[in-house]
Amino acid sequence: MNVKRFANVDNNILQLLAVTALVFATMSILEPGKFLRYYNFESIFYTFPELGILSIAMMISMLTGGIDLSVVGVANLSGILAGVFFVNLTKGQTLSPEAMLLYVLAGILLALSVGIMAGAINGFLITKLRITPILATMGTAQLFTGICLVISGGPAIVGFPAYWAFIGNGKVLGVAFPLVIFVFVAAGVAFLLGRTLIGVNLMLIGANPKAAVFAGIRTARMVFVSYLLTGVLASIAGIILSGRANAAKSDYGASYLLQAVLISVLGGTNPAGGFGSVLGVTIAVIALMLLSSGFQIMRFSNHLIDFIWGAFLLLIMVVNYYNNTKRQNQ
Amino acid sequence: MAEPFLELRNIHKHFSGVHALNDVSLSIRPGEIHCLAGENGSGKSTLIKVIAGVYPPDSGTIEINGKSFAKLTPIESLEQGIQVIYQDFSLFRNLTVAENLALNSQLREGRKLVNWKQVRRIAREALDRLGIDIDLSAELDSLPVSGKQLVAIAKALMFDARMIIMDEPTTALTGREVDRLFSIVRAIQCQNIAVLFVSHKMREMLEISERITIIRNGLKVAEGPTSEFNESTITTYMTGREHTCQRFTFTPPPAGTPPRLEVENLGVPGKLSGISFSLAPGEIVGVTGLLGSGRTCLALSLFGLTPKHTGRVLIDGRPVPLTSIQEAIAAGIAYVPEDRLTEGLFLSQSINRNLLAAVFERISRFLVIDKAQNDSLARSMILDLQIATPSGKNPVSSLSGGNQQRVVLGRWLLTNARLLVLNGPTVGVDVGSKAEIHAMVRALALEHGLGVVMISDDLPELVQNANRILVMHRGRLVSEIEAARTDEDALSDLLKTLA
Amino acid sequence: MAFLQRAEYIVGAVLVLAMVTIGIINPAFWQLDNIFSLLRSNVVMGIMALGVLLVLVSGGIDVSFPAFAVAGMYLTIKLMLLVGYQGVFWPFVLATGIGMVLGFVNAFFVHRFSLIPLIVTLGTASMVRGFLLGVVGTSMININIMPKQLINFATAELWSVVNPDGTHYGLTAMILIYAGLAVAMHLVLTYTMIGRSVYAMGGDAVSARRVGFNLRRTTFFVYGLAGALAGFAGMLHSSMIWLANPRDFGGLDLDVIAAVVLGGASIYGGKGSVVGTMLGVFTLVMVKNSLIIMKVETTWQRVVVGLIIILATAITAYRDRKKSV
Repeated sequence: MNVKRFANVDNNILQLLAVTALVFATMSILEPGKFLRYYNFESIFYTFPELGILSIAMMISMLTGGIDLSVVGVANLSGILAGVFFVNLTKGQTLSPEAMLLYVLAGILLALSVGIMAGAINGFLITKLRITPILATMGTAQLFTGICLVISGGPAIVGFPAYWAFIGNGKVLGVAFPLVIFVFVAAGVAFLLGRTLIGVNLMLIGANPKAAVFAGIRTARMVFVSYLLTGVLASIAGIILSGRANAAKSDYGASYLLQAVLISVLGGTNPAGGFGSVLGVTIAVIALMLLSSGFQIMRFSNHLIDFIWGAFLLLIMVVNYYNNTKRQNQ
Repeated sequence: MAEPFLELRNIHKHFSGVHALNDVSLSIRPGEIHCLAGENGSGKSTLIKVIAGVYPPDSGTIEINGKSFAKLTPIESLEQGIQVIYQDFSLFRNLTVAENLALNSQLREGRKLVNWKQVRRIAREALDRLGIDIDLSAELDSLPVSGKQLVAIAKALMFDARMIIMDEPTTALTGREVDRLFSIVRAIQCQNIAVLFVSHKMREMLEISERITIIRNGLKVAEGPTSEFNESTITTYMTGREHTCQRFTFTPPPAGTPPRLEVENLGVPGKLSGISFSLAPGEIVGVTGLLGSGRTCLALSLFGLTPKHTGRVLIDGRPVPLTSIQEAIAAGIAYVPEDRLTEGLFLSQSINRNLLAAVFERISRFLVIDKAQNDSLARSMILDLQIATPSGKNPVSSLSGGNQQRVVLGRWLLTNARLLVLNGPTVGVDVGSKAEIHAMVRALALEHGLGVVMISDDLPELVQNANRILVMHRGRLVSEIEAARTDEDALSDLLKTLA
Repeated sequence: MAFLQRAEYIVGAVLVLAMVTIGIINPAFWQLDNIFSLLRSNVVMGIMALGVLLVLVSGGIDVSFPAFAVAGMYLTIKLMLLVGYQGVFWPFVLATGIGMVLGFVNAFFVHRFSLIPLIVTLGTASMVRGFLLGVVGTSMININIMPKQLINFATAELWSVVNPDGTHYGLTAMILIYAGLAVAMHLVLTYTMIGRSVYAMGGDAVSARRVGFNLRRTTFFVYGLAGALAGFAGMLHSSMIWLANPRDFGGLDLDVIAAVVLGGASIYGGKGSVVGTMLGVFTLVMVKNSLIIMKVETTWQRVVVGLIIILATAITAYRDRKKSV
């Protein structure tokens, strides 16, 4: 804790960039033929946005020292509800493209409102009933996943319209559509955190909740808003996820929870609250996706990759520990 | 003259380049009550830790009971009968009184199993030794601070203690509890146990101790029998500066000026009733009373934290609804809580953010913070208050204590506060910063015309800085005194009659 | 309202209320075979809950124990099949030992680097599961190759009843193991210094270090024992269902933590009891299992568990808030 703290934030980003470059170089050397292909990068552009948005959501919940373990549940619930909506409304009908587009827009609104509702429930439990975020979101994670099961009955919901699939697989001006969404979301959240009342207040609350109350910050309202935001972001991730798979299921993206925590921490977020940056999280998710695609090229199984993510999370926390003690000794 | 129990000679201790203790010597006789005084950061806590064996000294000798130690370990220190009562008491709030008392002896015997009968017996004996009665099976958390302290003292006395070190023991006690503590300290002394009393409250030092040692910047600057000291010499030794004790003088504003604050019949069920007083611009009114008299509740009410109050509060003649902190701030009321580090500052955040924390809402349009206003307000406040920093973007933790104080006050100047409520403005603050804070508060009253409500235990502080003093008892105002017509002794006598 | 302070009474009251309600909806609830099967379902989860209780009291949290349970069970049975070993005692020792060693890994990270236990255990859980499925294997070990002695051991019954139609049901003897471990845990927590050190550490770690508790030992004890209990429970589970599935226990972490919190343990550490935990486990298991006899579709199970977690934590949060006022 000293003058160099702010320099250290940039150091963190630099470190991350170095790690990313290292990953990139290693993979390029090990498997130049497969790794350095355009197709490989293009597929990363399609797959990383959903995880990236979930990680940004996780980061926002960590800003106030909380955590949101229900993000994956919210994402799936959004996709499933939209799916049920399409299946029931468009069954047996042939609709004009315009009508279809309207339906898809309605579906998007429906999915987003699921995120808002879910976030409101989490926010209510945490700020009004004052349940610790870990337990509250653990409970709602069960609840949301449970509702997914009840609605879908278990198997994947299929029958999404083509426009929905476009959200996950389409291209705009030659750029992967999920990437476009990610860029907008990331820029929006970065602006929100850095330049608006909400972001600044969230960081202040995370740094010292008591002092925030005495400074007249509406802490409960702000924390509530942060979980709303987390919920909405999770539902956006859910839209992309179901669009890309063209289906929705209660146990999609189960491994994303750990990865979202990992990326958030890797991106410099302090799990105890008070600091987090969109840029850090973005670089972290790219580094991780490069690594992941490298492993897949080297034919590592998904399970093995889970093993590596777990190890990586611990490693990052240990590195942060050493950085912090070094900083304190300065 | 008896042989000293503890003799430290020429102790040096460095921490990464800082000379924390520089040639300090200290001598304490058995059964002596000795005061160790010094500002925060003077090295007194390092010295305690050297005696407790936590830090080994770089050089110098430690002699206890005629036995000398080059490096004292915590165990050896305990074995020699030295017990430290830290400010947080090192007790377990989730365990019972009995277990808290008996834990140490169980640990010391290297027990693997707990004998609950024995635990209660040990605890009972420990309390009997002090002649106090506390429910052994009560969870510690259910006791008041003074009760916890008694448990801590009883615990310290359990093992043939020869010397007890008390670190700022009176911080959270009321006047009556301090008296009780002192009588216990004297009783301990009668058992030929030395007491090293670490404090910065001069009245208490002068009242309880026989000898005083003062350290500053790691150097011992004075030592001698208490009779050789008075408050101003102690202050001078502790700070290295002469402090003038000029009282605050208040010039009433021209007639017809509405009072800055009018409180009419303010009441909070079960806590406050019938509180009425007023305050002119530029006036500093002190509020005192025993702990539990309702003075903190009054402060919280003025800051909108007791939505269910009765009565009216007017600022500059206009009634203000005080049902939330936000309304209080909008009405121009500022509140500086007792513990600035935990309740006032955002240590990891920048100076700018700390300064602007209460006005972000005002300088935002549609939630977006006006960057230009943000920067200019922060810059001007840093200049106005002469906060010593190269950039407002540095974290507030990089500032010295005094500058951090300015940041907290600056935050409220930015809200255009017209009434400043200070709760224990100098609790736990060393003498040097204390004078600085007093000067700043006076300047705010004189130059900015702020009304100040200063709530404090520290009677000299009130007499010196306020022009009127209100005394509270059981949720009511019982007395109003012109500061010029009283002194701390008279006030202290008044408070004792209430207790 | 003093009785509200004792968590055991709250969960006890909730339990009785739930039993009466379920009994009214379907009197079949009170039939002996249903009660026996409920008790049977308590065993594995209850043993794990004892470990989680320990972790919560110490001020930590553990989401890795289901992974450790699978590791203990699956690795041990794989090894038994590999070397063709039959027997009961040593396999249980091995599974317990595997769990304990993995628990020590948690303890190492939590203690040495003062990391947040949730994140450490998320990491180790992912590693252990990834290693098992990625390296050891993904195939189930079915009844046809499950070691027979394990099955024989776990089918032992305390009391059997034969129905008029020839079918039979009984009370599993494994309940004795659970009861024994619970009593042992209660004794350890109440009557040993290491047990008290867990409460002391959960109450105030700084003070605990100062009075001379060896916190490293306590941390290793807490996570090691929690891991050991998980490994043991995993082995027992697999013996009782005659099956070793490397993907087993998914989502069990939430159920068990919910049960322990329901039983009055505080997530902030320092508070919790074995009796409360057992009641919490029983309540959760009972409500979950009774959904079927209450004619609720099984897909609702998670919804119900989620609601129970929320309710239980809301009650404890309310209680803690009342206290602090």
